[in-house]
Amino acid sequence: MNGPQDMGGMMGFGPIAPDPKEPLFHAEWERRALGLTLAIGGTGSWTIDQSRHARECLPPQQYWSLSYYEIWIAGLHRLLVKYGLASQTEVETGKVESPSQPIKRVLKADQVAAVLAKGSPYDRSAITAAKFSVGQKVRTLNLVTSGHSRLPTYAKMKRGIIKRVHGCHVFPDSSGMGQGDDPHWLYSVAFSAAELFGSGTKDVICIDLWEPYLEHADT
Amino acid sequence: MPHDGHHHDDDDHGSELSPIALRVKALESLLVEKGYVDPLAIDELIETYEKKVGPRNGARVVARAWSDPAFANWLQQDATAAIASLGFTGRQGEHMVALFNDATVHNMVVCTLCSCYPWPVLGLPPVWYKSPPYRSRAVLEPRVVLQEFGISVPDDKEVRVWDSTAEIRYLVIPERPSNTGGLSEDQLADLVTRDSMIGTGLAKSAA
Repeated sequence: MNGPQDMGGMMGFGPIAPDPKEPLFHAEWERRALGLTLAIGGTGSWTIDQSRHARECLPPQQYWSLSYYEIWIAGLHRLLVKYGLASQTEVETGKVESPSQPIKRVLKADQVAAVLAKGSPYDRSAITAAKFSVGQKVRTLNLVTSGHSRLPTYAKMKRGIIKRVHGCHVFPDSSGMGQGDDPHWLYSVAFSAAELFGSGTKDVICIDLWEPYLEHADT
Repeated sequence: MPHDGHHHDDDDHGSELSPIALRVKALESLLVEKGYVDPLAIDELIETYEKKVGPRNGARVVARAWSDPAFANWLQQDATAAIASLGFTGRQGEHMVALFNDATVHNMVVCTLCSCYPWPVLGLPPVWYKSPPYRSRAVLEPRVVLQEFGISVPDDKEVRVWDSTAEIRYLVIPERPSNTGGLSEDQLADLVTRDSMIGTGLAKSAA
């Protein structure tokens, strides 16, 4: 969806303002927010795409006024309610009012190192041949969905060139909606800054895009 | 503007907890009581990213690439395997690609849609990387953004921005500074900054 996360190319957010002395966490609650989000993610109750979709469904005026870990917590509230792990009242009060739901697993402290080192690969066996190869010209489609998508608005209906073929990967548009992996070929597509933004520079923007976002372009 | 990227609190002195700190605390106690999370696992997760995983890992990858042409070649062909050979694997680094800066191209990485970042080699991203100014502007006006980081890229050099919208994670291999021929891998690693591996910085000059 073209929600608040879809900000590539937008204007008006101000300077970057990097802080060279920035601490890893700015407050104790940020540390807990990170650990809690990863730990509950470790139960396997939703996919990474579903967790992103939950954050991206926040109203723009809320999303843009929250700090990053605040967005995570707001997203986590939604996930817990949506997938039935807790009620709205419970996430608001922190008080248990209903029985726990069965979950796939609980991440234990002694499993953390191994689970993080293993990660969860998103590549899948190909069941079709790749439609595009490096150097081919493509055009992005004008896909508009209220569901999950990784095609940024700034890159819709733009001509680019296949730069890399990454293999078949889990398709977020499906995975983010709880509809399974539905793997598709994933490419890096190179767009000129002129094509995307009318820029006069020779600069290039490469975007990772799945095959269903693309069509052949002859010109 | 309302979004300064983070909110400071004075933190954790009983009744002085900020509303968000109270919410996180309540949420943690709820999920622990429901049996969904182990608080010790939360401690372990935090400690991992505070103490064990960070940009010094990536600096080792870069220093090895600068020192060993065979490793650099491997990194170019299969970054995931080459980086794994140094012990850096896993969450948010399952599919790695190394981007080599050279005399003609300056690579930089952004995730416009969220905050995707190669955790095993760089640790957790800084606030600016996750915030709207960088995410919105890195693709629109990368040269202006780079200037805000103190980097001026010559007009005849291409700036190549990578928007990591998928699960591919990018590590920029900065250009090796001049006059570093005699340095050891450890000494080279000290020249590699976090930002130089995002592409918003350059490696430090040799002392």
